[in-house]
Amino acid sequence: MTSENKEKEKSAVLVLGCPQVPVQTGIALYLISALRKKGIKTTIAGNRAARTLVEVSDPERHYVGEVMDIDRYIGEIAEKKRDFDYHFIFIHNDAGVSYAATVQAITGKTVVALIYGEHFQEIAGTIGFPCEKIAAKAVHNPMPLKNKLDEALPWVVSNL
Amino acid sequence: MGCIESLKYEIILRDASFTECREYIRSTCKEYVGVDPGFKIFDKHIIGVPPIFIGFDGDVIIFPFTKPCYGTFLMRVEDHDEAARIRQSAVQSKK
Repeated sequence: MTSENKEKEKSAVLVLGCPQVPVQTGIALYLISALRKKGIKTTIAGNRAARTLVEVSDPERHYVGEVMDIDRYIGEIAEKKRDFDYHFIFIHNDAGVSYAATVQAITGKTVVALIYGEHFQEIAGTIGFPCEKIAAKAVHNPMPLKNKLDEALPWVVSNL
Repeated sequence: MGCIESLKYEIILRDASFTECREYIRSTCKEYVGVDPGFKIFDKHIIGVPPIFIGFDGDVIIFPFTKPCYGTFLMRVEDHDEAARIRQSAVQSKK
């Protein structure tokens, strides 16, 4: 493949919320694996607890690539120092909605909102800005959200 | 947002929605501005659902502050220089 034909490697960022809902870390690693199979480079952004959970779950770094602080991520996209093709925002509370709205407003892109937890429908109902919603009642068992992700990911990756 | 946490602040609302923060500022502040997410306040980019309102009472700044694990707080911080900077860089919406 010549350099002219070689497409730029796509990139995705997974923006993790507070890790108080158990499915978050497992779904994050699953999503990284799925994106890597599609040739998409992934970065994790989160607070210290969320980042550490992911790093401890993958000590040999088979899946986890770059990891960054969530405030640094917001700062770098706001100042146009970084750009990602896909923004996956993990949401289980109002703070998650705020981060998704912020990313959408800063980038102008359609973000992907992964909405889960006990009150996923109520949370999804508060989102009034443009985004792709992938939502399921997943608290301890990740399978409902994994199944929704499997359905939506091919469409999301080919259309956003 | 460690630097905001190190300021001398007062919490007005805890675990508030952005609608509640907007309504509080609109109904209690004689002066406020609307800013977009990512606007810098105390050298950090503000998080939230637009439009985000920042209120003033003299040198006191009233603004929403979001933490991933704790939700959104509406806070009051007194800072003359930062209040002047925000007034200059944001579009004002006076009552």
